[in-house]
Amino acid sequence: MIRFSHVSKTYPNGVAALRDITFHIPKGQFVFLTGHSGAGKSSILSLILAEQKPSAGDVRVSGFPVGKLSVGQIPKLRRKLGIVFQDFRLLEYRTIEENVGFALEVTGARRESIAGRVMRVLTQVGLASKARVYPKELSGGEQQRVAIARALVNDPPIFIADEPTGNLDERATRGIFQLLQQINGGGTVVVMATHNLALVRDTGYRVLELKAGQIVYDSAQEAEAS
Amino acid sequence: MILPGPMREALRTFRRTPLLSALSVASIGFSLFTIGLFALVALNFRHSLRTLAERVEVVAFVLRGTPTETVTAASQDVQAFPEVQEVRYVSEEEALARARSELVEFKEAYRDLETNPLPASLEVRLKPEFRDAIHAQLVAERLRAFPFVDEVRFGRDWVQRLDRLRTLAAVVGLVIGLAFAIVAIVIIGVTIRITVLQRATEISIMRLVGATNRYIREPFLLEGAIKGILGGLLAVVMCWLLFTIFRRSAGEVGSGLVFFGTPELGIGLIFGTLIGLLGSLLSVGRHLRHV
Repeated sequence: MIRFSHVSKTYPNGVAALRDITFHIPKGQFVFLTGHSGAGKSSILSLILAEQKPSAGDVRVSGFPVGKLSVGQIPKLRRKLGIVFQDFRLLEYRTIEENVGFALEVTGARRESIAGRVMRVLTQVGLASKARVYPKELSGGEQQRVAIARALVNDPPIFIADEPTGNLDERATRGIFQLLQQINGGGTVVVMATHNLALVRDTGYRVLELKAGQIVYDSAQEAEAS
Repeated sequence: MILPGPMREALRTFRRTPLLSALSVASIGFSLFTIGLFALVALNFRHSLRTLAERVEVVAFVLRGTPTETVTAASQDVQAFPEVQEVRYVSEEEALARARSELVEFKEAYRDLETNPLPASLEVRLKPEFRDAIHAQLVAERLRAFPFVDEVRFGRDWVQRLDRLRTLAAVVGLVIGLAFAIVAIVIIGVTIRITVLQRATEISIMRLVGATNRYIREPFLLEGAIKGILGGLLAVVMCWLLFTIFRRSAGEVGSGLVFFGTPELGIGLIFGTLIGLLGSLLSVGRHLRHV
């Protein structure tokens, strides 16, 4: 689903964010992306989102060659991705229902089908009763659930979570993580960037650890070696 | 009523940020108002120049003793000149009568005359597009060629001055008008850019969930166009109010003033809409490349 082959990324100011990175995430896998700030996690995610192009090497996401995408193709790639962020990024003057429906509207979904699909994902994240409420009236954990619902409503094969629990307390963090596990259980690839090592430990999921733009640990290769 | 998506989005902005929207409409309105005022001054200036130019006239004085039939026959030839709008034959008697009534100071002198000193003449009025020094000169030369013509006058200096005034008015009008238009476009661009920046988060979210640039751009363009139209209407209303107040207080001078006709108003509104569209196209376009 996601394949990085000898990918490097150097920014115009000369900073090398990624150096010769190669990895492959197959269908259905749950992967943690760990490392300190500046290690290169964000650069990997933004390459997957096609926010930028690799300086060298090849990035393929759901079959799309990110380095060669035209402006018109980028939205098509993004519709295959569900994305959530640490800061939720909800539209505060729209209701929960509208926030989620918005992701369908922009893809040109038929109006009649939107309401039903929105209710389905809101039920999935446990917020069906708060459809008419505005984001500010919700807790951080609930807001992140709304963001997850928005990311899920297009049934994406790949789910990207950039520090999704960074702003949440212990309990909310566990709730969000369980939700991501459920999503993965349905066959969706989940890539989660996180600082939270307590969460990563003992889950048995694949871990990619980055340091200074390189992969210093890949639990999948470790397992193969042993 | 179900509105199409972009329209709904554009109207949502007006509902959500009424103050900012009102401010941008007002700033568009005021910039168009300055253009409108300038256009109004230019329009009235041109109007009075045209009134002045109506006085451009070539007069051919006829040699004493020329039979009236000869002159009237020739006047038909003159009428056929492409530059000529109207030819009038003024007989000696008519010239004297006119002098008596118009030149009151010389009333006494003209009354006691035994013979009429004034010659008959052909007064030639030119078509509006030929009321300048070059064409007046041309017509004058052709009139001189008639054997019965003694002298031809058309107030050369006066007509030349009128020509210079017209050129000056056109150049100044173009330069100032253009400057005002650029200022208006910049102001409108800035106000729309503020709206875009205010919605930067929303735009970035739209992009992340897979909205095409077109989907993002449309509501902004529509919003710009609506603001342009509203600003244009505001400018028209302000121009009209100021014009009315000025005309009322200016007394007799005011009565000769003219306001825009329907075509000018139409052009103004279209111009406002285009400026609104252009301003939003530029500011959204920049933003879409940068986010």
